[in-house]
Amino acid sequence: MGKTLYQKVWDAHSVGTLSDGRTQLFIGTHLIHEVTSPQAFGMLRDLDLSVKYPQRTFATIDHIVPTENQDQPADPLAAEMIDAIRKNCDDFGVTYFDLKSGKQGIVHVVGPEQGITQPGSTIACGDSHTATHGAFGAIAFGIGTTQVRDVLATQTMAMEKLKVRRIEVTGSLRPGVYAKDVTLHIIRLLGAKGGIGYAYEYAGDTFDHFSMEERMTVCNMAIEGGARCGYVNPDETTFEFLKNRPYSPPADEWDAAVARWKSFASDPDAEYDDVVKIDAADIEPTVTWGISPDHGISISENIPDSADTKNPEEKATIDEALAYMKLPAGTPIKGIPIDVAFMGSCTNGRLSDFREAAKFLKGKKVASNVKAIAVPGSQITAIQCEKEGIDQIFEAAGFEWRAAGCSMCLAMNPDKLIGDQICASSSNRNFKGRQGSPIGRTILMSPVMVAAAAVEGKIADARETFDVPAA
Amino acid sequence: MAIEPITKVTGTAIHVPGSDIDTDRIIPARFMKCVTFDGLGEYAFYDVRFNPETGEKTNHPLNDPRFDNATIMLAGINFGCGSSREHAPQSLSKYGFKAIVAESYAEIFFGNSTTLGMPCVIAKKEDLDPLKKAVEEDATLEVTIDLEALKVSAGDISISVTLPDSARHALLSGKYDPIAELIANNDQIEATASGLAYVQ
Ligand code: SF4
Repeated sequence: MGKTLYQKVWDAHSVGTLSDGRTQLFIGTHLIHEVTSPQAFGMLRDLDLSVKYPQRTFATIDHIVPTENQDQPADPLAAEMIDAIRKNCDDFGVTYFDLKSGKQGIVHVVGPEQGITQPGSTIACGDSHTATHGAFGAIAFGIGTTQVRDVLATQTMAMEKLKVRRIEVTGSLRPGVYAKDVTLHIIRLLGAKGGIGYAYEYAGDTFDHFSMEERMTVCNMAIEGGARCGYVNPDETTFEFLKNRPYSPPADEWDAAVARWKSFASDPDAEYDDVVKIDAADIEPTVTWGISPDHGISISENIPDSADTKNPEEKATIDEALAYMKLPAGTPIKGIPIDVAFMGSCTNGRLSDFREAAKFLKGKKVASNVKAIAVPGSQITAIQCEKEGIDQIFEAAGFEWRAAGCSMCLAMNPDKLIGDQICASSSNRNFKGRQGSPIGRTILMSPVMVAAAAVEGKIADARETFDVPAA
Repeated sequence: MAIEPITKVTGTAIHVPGSDIDTDRIIPARFMKCVTFDGLGEYAFYDVRFNPETGEKTNHPLNDPRFDNATIMLAGINFGCGSSREHAPQSLSKYGFKAIVAESYAEIFFGNSTTLGMPCVIAKKEDLDPLKKAVEEDATLEVTIDLEALKVSAGDISISVTLPDSARHALLSGKYDPIAELIANNDQIEATASGLAYVQ
């Protein structure tokens, strides 16, 4: 019987079995950012420990960086956190992509960009969207701060083995349907808890044809579906992407590395704990209507009405979500007015996202009542967009073009919703208060759908706004 | 690094209603700007404890003085979902909670809490409901979580709970913080590393 990539990576990185029965797993690559690392370095100092493999640890800052002027932390606490990561990286000899490096950005954009994210590796980061790196055929986990301490001190952590669910998507996506819609669709189908205890293997020819950035968008939201990690088996697209990146294997080691990477891909006769099949043609542009990422509907559907369900729990969930969202039950989601449009985040803040949205935004104007901001995921993304004139298309349309960071995805920086503003957002979470205002409202969607909402001033079907031909 | 085994947690309890309570709700992101976890306790559930518009206290159970000394939280389904931030279990622990009884937990939250020595035991809804009711009626009711017997008892209520073996063993043996054992395996760590081309 063949093995899955998950099994092979797990085997290669197992150090041994701990007394509680868990596996001590070697973490080949450790990524850190300013929010979840200072406390871990503090614990390290308290225990008088050092970083075991500083050369396998990479740091950047993203969550609290202001996107208007990166150099001016919003408040003394933000400044303190930036100082802390600088000092910690310095003290412990960790590579740090600082603001001045030209390489700073959201940690999940920076890792792949630098070629640090590689197939067949284990990656951990004190951030739940670490699953993003699975797009490369890595097993990548979000971890808590105490585990950050463990990985810093030992390059290992205690883990329980997951089951593997293969999610096979086949066929071509219809025009105007994107990787974001695929991931929102999967979460809608399997639920926000459906993946608990699982690693998701995303496969099928839809994924085979996806670019690395599209694969990252889907893996990014594995966690929103409850899965601990998600991955796509490495293939030529993966290797092509990694070629000549700063931390990719050099030319003389390249062929050996590719051969090794290929050997990690799931065997054709691998057995899975579960298999789910999805027809790409069934996927529509998808948006959320509620306060959990599995509250998704297609753009042509109505907002749910609790009167339509007999299940008391479902009723309560719908009522709670709609009370918070202040949305009318049973009416079309299309046409709901928005106040803010946010393009960015580790889900959809990459070059291809801005390119695609720019294609449609060219010559269009953001509705006068909408505040629209576009935030590249990294300094490198920003520079490339600027080279291609994408920033100018966005600005001409009425978007503010910002500097790299997490921005309004979670609002630990000055970019926040105000009051009960409603935001069309390309990010990954629509929890209550997620975007900085305790009563702010988030509607998740693809970047092109954000662009359409920005232009129309309301939730719109981008295929209509931008006259996308049906096929 | 000797750590005390945790076999029992005893205290008064509080019911925090709702399912899918995510970590943003437990500790809003804006309070995560900190370089240590001390002090996070006062912001636990901040946005539901205080009216976001007026800043006034809401009728959230954590604002009910009857439950001021509660150390055990009773919750619903998928508690602690959302962001992996350890700030969430840390803020609950700093607030004074010693254990949670809920129908289910998000995985990362569960793991983080166990590592802190804050057991998260799992109870069936039909067992948990009467316990919640009893606690709401009598805030002074003493609740005991027995990790050896896997029972939660309070007054004349006694219910069975579950806890994954690894977490239970870790708590009972005082090895819920795995750092000492991880470090002790240094030779095996280096052996594993030497087999990984990308680590060299
Ligand atoms: S962009 Fe959002 S989800 Fe991604 S790392 Fe930053 S805050 Fe987290």
